[in-house]
Amino acid sequence: MLTVEGLDVAYGDFQVLWEAAMRVGEGEIVCLLGPNGAGKSTLMNTISGLLQPASGRITFLDQRIDGLPSHRTVAEGIAHVLERRRLFPFLTVLDNVLLGAHNPRARPHRAAMLARVEALFPVVRERRSQLAHTLSGGEQQMVAIARGLMARPRLLMIDEPFLGLGPRVVRQIGEIIRRIRDEEGIAVVFIEQNVELALRLADRGYIFESGRTILDGTSAELLQSAEVKRIFLGDVAL
Amino acid sequence: MSAIPQLVVSTILLGGIYALIAVGLTLIFGVMRVVNFAHGEFVMLGMYLAFWAFALLALDPYLVLVVSLPVFFLAGFASYGLVMRPVIRESHNVQIFTTVGLSIALQNVALVLWTGDFRFVRPAYYSVVVRLGTTAFNVSQIVAFAVAVLFTAALFAFMRWSYAGKVMRATAQDRQAAALMGIDTDRVYGLTWAIGIVCVGAAGVLLAPLYPVYPTAGLQFVLIAYVVVVLGGLGDMAGALLGSLIVAAVEVIGSYVIGTAWKEVLYFLLFIAVLLVRPAGFFGQRGAEQLGA
Ligand SMILES: Nc1ncnc2c1ncn2[C@@H]1O[C@H](COP(=O)(O)OP(=O)(O)O)[C@@H](O)[C@H]1O
Ligand SMILES: [Mg+2]
Repeated sequence: MLTVEGLDVAYGDFQVLWEAAMRVGEGEIVCLLGPNGAGKSTLMNTISGLLQPASGRITFLDQRIDGLPSHRTVAEGIAHVLERRRLFPFLTVLDNVLLGAHNPRARPHRAAMLARVEALFPVVRERRSQLAHTLSGGEQQMVAIARGLMARPRLLMIDEPFLGLGPRVVRQIGEIIRRIRDEEGIAVVFIEQNVELALRLADRGYIFESGRTILDGTSAELLQSAEVKRIFLGDVAL
Repeated sequence: MSAIPQLVVSTILLGGIYALIAVGLTLIFGVMRVVNFAHGEFVMLGMYLAFWAFALLALDPYLVLVVSLPVFFLAGFASYGLVMRPVIRESHNVQIFTTVGLSIALQNVALVLWTGDFRFVRPAYYSVVVRLGTTAFNVSQIVAFAVAVLFTAALFAFMRWSYAGKVMRATAQDRQAAALMGIDTDRVYGLTWAIGIVCVGAAGVLLAPLYPVYPTAGLQFVLIAYVVVVLGGLGDMAGALLGSLIVAAVEVIGSYVIGTAWKEVLYFLLFIAVLLVRPAGFFGQRGAEQLGA
């Protein structure tokens, strides 16, 4: 459903992605792996339209979406949960979640989506009138994913959903990501630095290093790969 | 001692009008992160609108006020589209030069069109003085105050409870996240700018019966508005209200105790003191991103 080909992205003169490529099929869970600064967030931000590519093409559901501003890509069916949750800190949990359904395709279904999202994330109902910045990191991540789902996406992109969370919350969020795919039929792309954790959850993965897509495969293949061990064990040794 | 009630009443009346100017400024800053150095020129345009409507059509300024709302809303949208939208993603320096440039341009357009003469709006009730106990005040002052307070309260309520207000606050708090919700942030900025301009234009209309009208008439008020907004914390609307009352008190009491000539010295001393002691504003650590929180 999503295809990225030959994507070059630069911040001013500073190019950070070279010919990045990836693909996501209907109902797939795909992870983007790679060390810090490899360009994973840049890729996600370009797909959602926060950044404009210098060249390359992004196709979603048979339509070119590169060049669309981000307020339009969400209406096309791509929800993007930014790194570090990025809730609106001084709005309530409920207002945060309701704003998730701002796009014209989702707005008419706002009430129904809220009920579904509350079933998936009880915290949304329990904390509805609390200001978002007063939540714990794990709660914020759940609200951020809930807010993303409110857009009724076909594809949900989550940048580092497990960052800074304890093992119990990591497990919870992992389960929820799986349920989002299994029960709602939404494809999920997420970024994670921990190879084991990511590949246990994902069907397939892409590995980035210094702005290039250097490897991809099913989770089983990648877990066996010597290349993956080189990159990531090297990381651990640091 | 018998002067105290009068000083209090004068402070409140003056503070209400300053609040209306300052609230527009702080709204624009809070949402767009732009300091509008042309804010005072929209006060001036409001004053001229009231003057010409009065001089040519014999329209009462308070009638003009109603007409001025859509006029300034459109003027706000137009000035946003023509002047601000092209620089909305530029650096602060570029934005400062842009709004300063707009300010100078508007002053000079006024000078060319309407000359530098002082003009006065003097409706029949101009000299009517209301006495209440030991206090006395002008009818125009009371109307200006009442309308200013009504406006400010309406803006508060709008920002806090309306869906559009929440969209504006969301955009203020995190523009990228807002865009990812499907919010067209350019349009939000246009709306914010237009609402800010409506506030300040309306303030100009209300001030016309009280102050002389001339091309740089806005400067005196906008300087006060900067002091108020820094006092209250940039982007903090409740702070702007309190800051207005404090600046008005300094002005009223200072003029009474040491003379009118000193009032500007006094509130700029206050301004400098605040910048030195509490650059985040007088009322706590509340950051600008808490707009309407
Ligand atoms: N806003 C920015 N301006 C300039 N350079 C940036 C910006 N954001 C990221 N970078 C640079 O782009 C590279 C890729 O960053 P990023 O996509 O955030 O990597 P990752 O998410 O894989 O850790 C890094 O070298 C980073 O320093
Ligand atoms: Mg990143």
